[in-house]
Amino acid sequence: MRSVPKHLEVSIWRGDSAGGYFEDFQVPAQKNQTILDVVSWIQQNEDATLSYRYACRVGMCGSCAMMVNGVPRWTCRTHVNKAMKGNRLEVAPLRNMPVIKDLATDMDVFFDKWVKAEGVHHPSKTREDVIEPITGDNIERAKANAGIECINCAVCYAACDTVRGNPNYLGPAALQRAWTVYNDVKDAGKRAVLAAVSGRDGCHNCHTQGSCTLYCPNDLDPMGAIAGLKRATIAAAFKKEVG
Amino acid sequence: MLNLRLYLVQRMSAMIMAPLVLGHIVVMIYANRGGLSTGEILGRTQGSVFWATYYGVFVAVVSLHAAIGLRVILAETTGLKGPALGVFTWGFCLATLLLGGHAVWAVVAP
Ligand code: SF4
Ligand code: SF4
Ligand code: FES
Repeated sequence: MRSVPKHLEVSIWRGDSAGGYFEDFQVPAQKNQTILDVVSWIQQNEDATLSYRYACRVGMCGSCAMMVNGVPRWTCRTHVNKAMKGNRLEVAPLRNMPVIKDLATDMDVFFDKWVKAEGVHHPSKTREDVIEPITGDNIERAKANAGIECINCAVCYAACDTVRGNPNYLGPAALQRAWTVYNDVKDAGKRAVLAAVSGRDGCHNCHTQGSCTLYCPNDLDPMGAIAGLKRATIAAAFKKEVG
Repeated sequence: MLNLRLYLVQRMSAMIMAPLVLGHIVVMIYANRGGLSTGEILGRTQGSVFWATYYGVFVAVVSLHAAIGLRVILAETTGLKGPALGVFTWGFCLATLLLGGHAVWAVVAP
């Protein structure tokens, strides 16, 4: 049996948008320990000024994502054993987003892009109308269902090299939401969605390399959703509905 | 960088280019193996509306396809954007069109 080390060697990024450095800590090793546990231990026992973000601790809220040994991960659901390189952990703020302080990033841009991509509900009925039943065998509903478990964690957004190259690119999460809305039978904004994702920074910039799908902690497939948007926009262009 | 229109132009130019490239390779192999001399090849291309159209279309779609592809690479590696990116894209397209057009003219002019 591998002997369990007593301490983990942890480097934590400290700083703000102007720059920063890695600070080293020794954290007691536990049998069962998540990355978020390690960060919390440091904040509670070593340096109370360490800033980071979390809320639910069970993989629901999407607020705890960070770069762990260079890989974007939801830290509350990632066990130390899974992410460790030797005895070392390097924890940094999420890639592709401005840093507020230490491990907390400013996610405004990420959420603004959901709205830019028309990833919002466009009502097709009023409160006076009868609720229209949508059954499980509806094909559009199945396509919409594929993306609804997104927790807005921005792991995919941090993994995307196209966002890196063009900070205005709408990114995998917003585009996946646009695809979900497009397939919602009760949504009346299909053309608006297609127009919103067809611009200079839209879905046609995706390289289909799939980092987003690879790293999504919820096993969603933003790359597949973007491919769907590309097909839908092309079909609409031939019908002269967009473009 | 790539909006729907540029994306469509790039995909459609690729679809036109693919069979033309294959046809070009087949013709090259045929001409070489058949031992045709330069004079004999020019004898068949000069004044030919078919070859003028074939390679004329080829040059046109290559110019569009290459210009859009390079536009993406340039934008993503150097961060170039705005009017400068447009000038590069369409300048490159025009240059390829002129050079390619010149080459086609040289073999098909009667
Ligand atoms: S597949 Fe597209 S959206 Fe996903 S990481 Fe690659 S470029 Fe980004
Ligand atoms: S698609 Fe996956 S990785 Fe991206 S924000 Fe949603 S849950 Fe997170
Ligand atoms: S703290 Fe809510 S997802 Fe990790």
